[in-house]
Amino acid sequence: MVTQASPLAERGRDSTLEPVIEARRLTKRYGARVAVDDLSFEVRPGEVFGLLGPNGAGKTTTVLMLLGLTEPTSGEARVVGVDPMRDPLEVKRHVGYMPDTVGFYDGLSARENLAYTARLNRIPRAVAAERISDLLAQVGLAEVAAQKVDTFSRGMRQRLGVADALLKDPSVLILDEPTASLDPEGVVELLALIERIALERRIAVLLSSHLLDQVQAICQRVGIFYRGRLIAEGSVRDLASEGSRTQDVVEVGAQASDGRPAGVDLVTAAFRGTPGVASVAPDPDAPGRVLVTGGPGIAGALASALAATGLHPVHLRTHEERLDAIYARLVRAAAEAPVAVPEGRTVSLAPAPRRSIRRAPGRAGHPRPERSDQGGGDQDRGDHDRGDGHDHRDDDAGGPR
Amino acid sequence: MSASAAAPPGPEIAHPRSETRPPSGGWRIVAAKELADHLGSTRFVVLFVVLGLAGASAVYSVSQQIVSVAAGVRSTESLFPLLFTLSASDIAAATQQSANTPLPSFVALISLLAPLLGIAFGFDAVNRERSERTLPRLLAQPIYRDDVINGKFAAGLAAIGIALGAVLVVIAAWGVIQLGVIPTAEDVARIVVWYVVAIVYIGFWLALATLCSVVMRRAASSALVAISAWLMVSLFGGLLISTVVGLLAPVSATPTTAEVIANGHLQDALTRISPDGMFQIATQAILDPHVTAGILTIDQRVAVAQQGAPGSILSLDQSLLVVGPQVLAIVALSVVCFALAYIAFMRQEVRA
Repeated sequence: MVTQASPLAERGRDSTLEPVIEARRLTKRYGARVAVDDLSFEVRPGEVFGLLGPNGAGKTTTVLMLLGLTEPTSGEARVVGVDPMRDPLEVKRHVGYMPDTVGFYDGLSARENLAYTARLNRIPRAVAAERISDLLAQVGLAEVAAQKVDTFSRGMRQRLGVADALLKDPSVLILDEPTASLDPEGVVELLALIERIALERRIAVLLSSHLLDQVQAICQRVGIFYRGRLIAEGSVRDLASEGSRTQDVVEVGAQASDGRPAGVDLVTAAFRGTPGVASVAPDPDAPGRVLVTGGPGIAGALASALAATGLHPVHLRTHEERLDAIYARLVRAAAEAPVAVPEGRTVSLAPAPRRSIRRAPGRAGHPRPERSDQGGGDQDRGDHDRGDGHDHRDDDAGGPR
Repeated sequence: MSASAAAPPGPEIAHPRSETRPPSGGWRIVAAKELADHLGSTRFVVLFVVLGLAGASAVYSVSQQIVSVAAGVRSTESLFPLLFTLSASDIAAATQQSANTPLPSFVALISLLAPLLGIAFGFDAVNRERSERTLPRLLAQPIYRDDVINGKFAAGLAAIGIALGAVLVVIAAWGVIQLGVIPTAEDVARIVVWYVVAIVYIGFWLALATLCSVVMRRAASSALVAISAWLMVSLFGGLLISTVVGLLAPVSATPTTAEVIANGHLQDALTRISPDGMFQIATQAILDPHVTAGILTIDQRVAVAQQGAPGSILSLDQSLLVVGPQVLAIVALSVVCFALAYIAFMRQEVRA
């Protein structure tokens, strides 16, 4: 087995390979409404690409255009080197697709449902039987293979959907909202499954989702999709460090020279006059610590400022921006100043609004068990309404306290 | 093993292209699955039993009558098709007996129930795929989009054919025992021809129901609309036609030939767009070698009047010539209705 902590994340993007999915200036209009606007991106073999955006951003429309199930108004797509409008069958032969809210024939068993898909793909009966058994075991449904699908839970259906998409031994896997309306445990299971498959089969995976924190763990690259437009594209790390980031939030804890914790007032006083510091506020999650908001790379200056006043820094941590926060920032910027998007890339973004960011007890990559601060975790709500990430919260009060 | 798993994928999977084109006939795969679903479904069993019981009781009552009457009547004509075309009350009227069962003939029953058969296998053909959310997954498989609707239509027709064929064979066999008369080759041929025409006629209702299932998102509304259309045509069709004809081409108290002909032409034209009327005419002419003038179009009646005595016995090919237009009209209606369903389905967005 693979021994790296997160092998998929480690695996670099190999730009020498031909992209298996290419969208070039794809546009889809329904009457006056523009569902997808001038969308360009590509996905290479072995890559997990996340197409992220709120509900109604045009993700499903994009997926349907890639499969040749909807005709683009303009622009073109290439999937496994084939135009899906010209030769949809060739595309469908190599693309495993799991639609959002995947459905099965309730009156048939899991195995029979997959057997039908196998027949539609002209997989010989003997090969199909073996492959179905393998896949059902892989997705953990071997024991219920003979059960009718109407007894299945949502999570089981989603996993059966993954098996169904893999049945044709695809070179591209397209998963539309694979984690929507699953419980937290189901999400973790399904994402682990997808990650394992992407790793073992080394196929290109295109994942669309509005649940950003869930998918960021397994996506090597993401495209942020908003109102039919790709407003940013790159790895989560790239997006976080892209020039649009204007401020750092640093947690600071310090000791006085006698070894006792320095009070909030003392630390706050130490940063008075430090260049680049925008605001200092007590950390609501850690008594005695402060949160300092300032220009990028402020942490070094803070350490010096503490030393200059005779305090010893014992805790100094710059918050990493998570995908939710990046997303909220980008969407806000796009909404405030819609910019022309050349070839699907956006770099000129309005400065992020001032806000103080607090740490919340969530851990990266896992859904937080509870979000008492947000009144129930309704995951079906569009994320743009929520605006902030799980690890961050906007605070209208803003400035120093 | 870890190294190979983490290594960049080889170029061989970059652009896999299959060497061979897929065999056409994705519709056959869809049809096979749909037919298996139909044959295992409760609705198939229910319809089969209803059809079988109705047919059996009609044939039983009429065979009793025929046996009691036939002893006295010796004619050269074939007795067997009468089993299907006559009702007990027909015989009772002809022999001045009182009919003890007011049951319609087998073919009348079938033409009444046939639309139900078509509707039952079509009303949820497409919208069920939508409500079960299987349509996007189905269309993402390497088949053409029309394979789906073609396959479903073919499966529906096959299910209808199996149900009707089985009922027909069982009842004919039972009729042979009851009647003690072996059907001639021509009798069998007439019944087979009628069977084919009946399938085409039911195909019209199947196409109509399929159209409803494409247009309407809910199976319940689709079924309701299709059944309304059936009731409209079966129960009120004749009434509507005679009302319209009476208004547009009235026949005065002292009718002139021109008036009668005009009236007849309009009647024919309207009946021609009524699938129910077409099928009844075709049924009578195919199964009954007596050309009873009353059931034919005005032109055919004129021709019969000029050529010879009505009531003479026609051979099968002559019977077919007589009802050629009606049979063609049924075929055309079915084709048009299926074409509408086909076009509607092809133009529809995949997403609900």
